Amino acid sequence: MIEIEVHNVSLGYGRQTVLEGLTFRVRPGEMVGLIGPNGCGKSTIIRALSRVIPPRSGEILIDGREITKIPRRELARLVGVVPQMPILPSAFTAFEVVLMGRNPHLGLFQYEGPRELDIAWRAMERTGTQSLAKRRVGELSGGEIQCLLIARVLAQETKAILLDEPTANLDIGRQVEVLDLIRNLCFQSNLAVLAALHDLNLASQYCQRLILINNGRIHAEGTPWEVITPRNIEEVYGAGGCVYTHPVNGLPTVLLNAGDGKMAKTDRVPEGNNR
Amino acid sequence: MGIAAPIHLPQWRGRIYGVIGLIFLLALVVVLAVSVGSVKVPFLTTSSILLSRVPLMGTNPGGSGALETIILDIRLPRVILAGVVGAALATAGATYQGLFRNPLADPYLIGVAQGAALGAVIGFLLPTTWQGAGFGLIPLLAFAGALFSTAVVYNLARVGKTLPMTTLILAGVALGALLGSIVSYLIISSGEQMHGIIFWLMGSFSLSQWSEVRIVLPYVLVGAAVILLYARPLNIMQLDEEQAQQLGIDVERLKLILLAAATLITAAAVSFVGTIGFVGIITPHAVRLIWGADHRFLLPLSVLSGAIFLILADLLARTVLAPTEIPIGVITALCGAPFFLYLLRRRKKVIF
Repeated sequence: MIEIEVHNVSLGYGRQTVLEGLTFRVRPGEMVGLIGPNGCGKSTIIRALSRVIPPRSGEILIDGREITKIPRRELARLVGVVPQMPILPSAFTAFEVVLMGRNPHLGLFQYEGPRELDIAWRAMERTGTQSLAKRRVGELSGGEIQCLLIARVLAQETKAILLDEPTANLDIGRQVEVLDLIRNLCFQSNLAVLAALHDLNLASQYCQRLILINNGRIHAEGTPWEVITPRNIEEVYGAGGCVYTHPVNGLPTVLLNAGDGKMAKTDRVPEGNNR
Repeated sequence: MGIAAPIHLPQWRGRIYGVIGLIFLLALVVVLAVSVGSVKVPFLTTSSILLSRVPLMGTNPGGSGALETIILDIRLPRVILAGVVGAALATAGATYQGLFRNPLADPYLIGVAQGAALGAVIGFLLPTTWQGAGFGLIPLLAFAGALFSTAVVYNLARVGKTLPMTTLILAGVALGALLGSIVSYLIISSGEQMHGIIFWLMGSFSLSQWSEVRIVLPYVLVGAAVILLYARPLNIMQLDEEQAQQLGIDVERLKLILLAAATLITAAAVSFVGTIGFVGIITPHAVRLIWGADHRFLLPLSVLSGAIFLILADLLARTVLAPTEIPIGVITALCGAPFFLYLLRRRKKVIF
């Protein structure tokens, strides 16, 4: 069980600052959603939390330790990442890619024994990708690769998982399957999960807490009801009054309306559950 | 659980058979190459003479003293050096291709060859015949030139603490062109040395001796061992660098270690026998076509295939137009390219 803590962190590339004054935490057993418009810096946060880019200022603590002081191999046993649109070597088989998740558990003089093969194989079973095992990665569809990357992070057996748009290439059935899987893992194994999500409705359905990023800072943070409000959505996405209440589970839901380049206008005020 | 085995083992089995098969083939090719020459030695005689020198093996050499001299002191060092150089170039080529994620990469991509060539040409032109530690000035200057030019390229390409691979390639190509033009000018103005220089550039094993094997072999053994040790990280480097870091790889350190090891074995290999082309780029691709892209097998299979390929190429170089020798660089491309194109046509699949 580990906790991710971010204290007053600013992030950027070269001379450009992308994010400032970030402070939040992700607790074990909690699934936190990172939302915000294109280019707001969701992926940058995930890069920083996996030590691909160093923080400009402030500190990032993983399990109470300063992230830059954790050796990379050890960090990769604590924090796993599902990247968005990654480069995969097309000549490798799907199984070989999943097996790469075992790398941080192996020393230079070790090789993948039956135990590693077994863990990778079961990770593929849980993500429904076993049938792809022998296929070359270059032949797979975007959705299949997405599931494969989730299998890889499962094989990595980390205590925290960061996901960058894990549902971007999936059909709605697969979206639900994948997020159900991640949420169950999060609850059962007490993982700390941070997911950058484009789809506000999925974020609302699956995450206990949401962090809304806009203009280089945290615009709002809290439960879905606190974050997905007509006012926040209008301030950040430039359209108002499109937040409804989900008819079954009462969670805030955003609907679209084609035609005027904006999201749906509400003519009825959502009833009930307006916590 | 044992369910993982069925999907994984068949592929590995083929590769393991590949390694064992190539070891036998290598032994066969060594005996063949040692047997063939101006004095033909029967295969069995050669085998028994060779085996008599292996510790704990047969003690009854079946040939005369002169035959033993021809085999052990003249042909064997040449064959071994060809094998060592072939193994080194193929391994370095596979490493560069993996590290740069670029199928066009070869051991000479970042200035090794041009640096070595410049050093060697200067060695040819200097009016001295200095000898030390069993070798002359030319290999020493070639080795120094190779390491120097790579060091320059490396420092030009660095951005802060990171080493972007595209910058490294571009710096290597640019510096290579610069050094190449200096070499061209020196060749043109070299007068009677021109023939020797051009022969060196295309590579030759005609002057191979045991003393050279003793110098080159340790570099190649150590460098190749380091590279083989990093086969799994090199697999993971086939992802982008960001994912490699997230899977626990210290990317910058890995690049430095592998570049240093590959450059060192390339420099050691070319300094005595010249900048032999084609082995380094094509051998790893041929291995990939047959056995796949997993570096844990690609690297050892490249070691063996490179050695076999260059021993055979050298055998042709010294026998086809005997007693005239053909530069080995001519043979490697002339015979290697058609074989590779055949493989490429036969197996139309994604290899890189």
